[in-house]
Amino acid sequence: MVPITTLHYLVVAAALFVLGTIGVLTRRNVVIILMSIELILNAVNLNLVAFSRLYGLHGQVFAVFVITDAAAEAAVGLGILIAFFRNKETVNMDEVDLLKW
Amino acid sequence: MIATADYIRILPEIVLTLFGLIVMFVDPLLPESRNVKPLGIIALIGSLGAVAASIYQMRYPGPAFWNFVVVDNFSIFFHLLVTIAAALVIMASFEYLRVQEIRAGEYFGLILFGTVGMALMSSAVELVLIFIALEISSISTYILAGFRRRDAGSVESSLKYFLLGSFATAFFLYGIALMFGATGSTDIPQIASALRLNGAPLLAYVAYALMFVGLGFKIASAPFHVWTPDVYEGAPSPVVAFMSTAPKMAVFAVLLRILFVTESPSLLAGSRPVWFWWVWGSAAVSMTLGNLGALVQNNVKRMLAYSAIAHAGYLLVAFAAAPEAGISAAMFYAASYTAMNLGAFIVVSHFANAGERYVTLDDYTGLGRRSPLLAMTLTIFLISLIGIPATAGFFAKFYVFSAALKANLVWLTIIAVVNSAIGAYYYLRVIVAMYMRDSTQEIPVMRVPAGVTATLLCSVAAVIYLGILPGRVLEFATRSAQSLLR
Amino acid sequence: MLHLILFSVFAVIAVAGALNLLVQRHPISSALSLIVVMGSLAVEYLLLGAEFVAAIQVIIYAGAIMVLFVFVIMLLNAGVEERTKGSKVALILGFPAMLVGGLLVAWVLLRAPNVGSVNVGAMYGPPKAIGWLLFHDFLLPFEVTSVLVLIAIMGAVVLASPVRSRFSRPQPEPERQALKAAAGTEPAHEETVTARRSS
Repeated sequence: MVPITTLHYLVVAAALFVLGTIGVLTRRNVVIILMSIELILNAVNLNLVAFSRLYGLHGQVFAVFVITDAAAEAAVGLGILIAFFRNKETVNMDEVDLLKW
Repeated sequence: MIATADYIRILPEIVLTLFGLIVMFVDPLLPESRNVKPLGIIALIGSLGAVAASIYQMRYPGPAFWNFVVVDNFSIFFHLLVTIAAALVIMASFEYLRVQEIRAGEYFGLILFGTVGMALMSSAVELVLIFIALEISSISTYILAGFRRRDAGSVESSLKYFLLGSFATAFFLYGIALMFGATGSTDIPQIASALRLNGAPLLAYVAYALMFVGLGFKIASAPFHVWTPDVYEGAPSPVVAFMSTAPKMAVFAVLLRILFVTESPSLLAGSRPVWFWWVWGSAAVSMTLGNLGALVQNNVKRMLAYSAIAHAGYLLVAFAAAPEAGISAAMFYAASYTAMNLGAFIVVSHFANAGERYVTLDDYTGLGRRSPLLAMTLTIFLISLIGIPATAGFFAKFYVFSAALKANLVWLTIIAVVNSAIGAYYYLRVIVAMYMRDSTQEIPVMRVPAGVTATLLCSVAAVIYLGILPGRVLEFATRSAQSLLR
Repeated sequence: MLHLILFSVFAVIAVAGALNLLVQRHPISSALSLIVVMGSLAVEYLLLGAEFVAAIQVIIYAGAIMVLFVFVIMLLNAGVEERTKGSKVALILGFPAMLVGGLLVAWVLLRAPNVGSVNVGAMYGPPKAIGWLLFHDFLLPFEVTSVLVLIAIMGAVVLASPVRSRFSRPQPEPERQALKAAAGTEPAHEETVTARRSS
């Protein structure tokens, strides 16, 4: 039997991070891009909580702050999206000509 | 029990928050057609109060709130920079808000609250607090970028800025999480001592890289600069004046603190820090791409955006240079850049008129005759951005380049000097257009309102003061650098 | 053994959910798979002993934030995303770069020192301890967060409220449309402004 170490959690977090980044880079729907960013933030949280097992509770408190920030970011992001939708009637980024990365 | 001194050490932030709240409370009491002036004056008093509070703080150096913030010369320098920039932008925005029909309460409130974040970024020594302060400053700028809601371009730039910005924040956070894993702490001095004790594990390198990606985006340094021209073009001009200076300089303060304090042992020992080559590369690429991009622009706002990328590059040169001289050069550059760039964007914002229509180079033709004073102030800012002697830009570049030479960065210095020469071309193009070419169209000449005049006077005064008597500011910056590296 | 099974099952569910988020073409499906990811992550937090984080993961993340997402998706009636070209750059550069980056991170993690084993059961991270830290050591960040939330509220209000004009009285709808079409983006307010200035 393999004992589960912090490392296993970190690998899951890294996987979520990579998937989230791929989502941001490839998807065109702004809502899905926002969700991909949330995915990265979740990966961050998993990292923090896993590390807090080694280094004390600070990591978990940090995770609480990250969740608060994610909420604020989501509210603002969706607000901007609504304002954008009023102007352009789309939620796709191709029509935003954003493909400059 | 929290000591009174602790509160004094976050006094500027408290003042800014209080006045932000006052603006929000007064806003609904006033009729919407006449609220710009009273709200603006409240906001102006708030930001000036924060300036005064920052000066008052000098008597209370030291840590506060369980070592989450530290008041030292370094933090006071950037506090002053950020709060003065906020005051200048508030002063210059009165007329703009009226013309563009922007809601004044939220506008001033967001500037004040955003400045809270920027001020905290310069004094925070704990990554959790830095992250939250960074988010306050970024989120308020995302919103401000979309304030001209009638205009699709403004909202579009806001959306772009938001998506890429929060993507960058996520990278920064991942970097912090890995740094926490590598060192077991989020406190910058503790990270430094952990790195010194155990040596930098591989995880720390990745953490540095990710944090640098996140912060590099916020300062618009290459290769994370792609958003800059689009966002600066679409956002309201006074907001661009603000977001190209205050939040950016606050992020530079964070970068200085993270990069230099965590690596201070190896820096003081004279070896190169782990992040050296990234900063080197990013500086070289930013300068080159920024200046080359600016060459082909016809829209003055876009041109200044590319110039901002180039200036971020010059500033990063100072990071790669010798630690003490480099930090003080970077701080001096930050102050000069804030004065000249803010002034230039305020002129552009005033000249662009309602709906921001006059922003191309052709619109600037004949400005020297139509509005001599406006043209002259813009000329001063532009020659300062070139780096001609007797302006702030000259000494800024001089100190950065000499700090780089002191660290034997010959190639980087050569790249920087060549870039300055390229840069001169496109700045001069605007000056030539203003004075040498006749205007092709009728553009109404507008009276310059008092607020804009005051802002421009202050910026010109700062540019010339720093260009003629740089000694005092440089000396203060050097002392700050010492307090940082200690 | 129980730890191993629970961890593996929910780790697989989380990664599968994340993959599904990327593959689905309708935003609602993506949102639902993100909720699955968040739920399984909450279980992982519980396995790590972080009760409080697990609770707010469910309450705030899976609850509040995702409801907001779903609400906006419904409000904007965002349909199925069309497959578009133009993501060539992302495909050619982004994917390999991310794979390399992911492998690099995994490799670094494998070489990371002092990654001890984690036992299930020994409860760690109870709300009381977190609360003590939040209101003691982390007091300043906690208070500063209130400014962050305030800004977010202001931003959402400003951006999502309808555009009004302070100067011109509301015009009948067709006329306004025509004006908008004629003036491009900005209905002609410049006249008003210049008139006011010259007076």
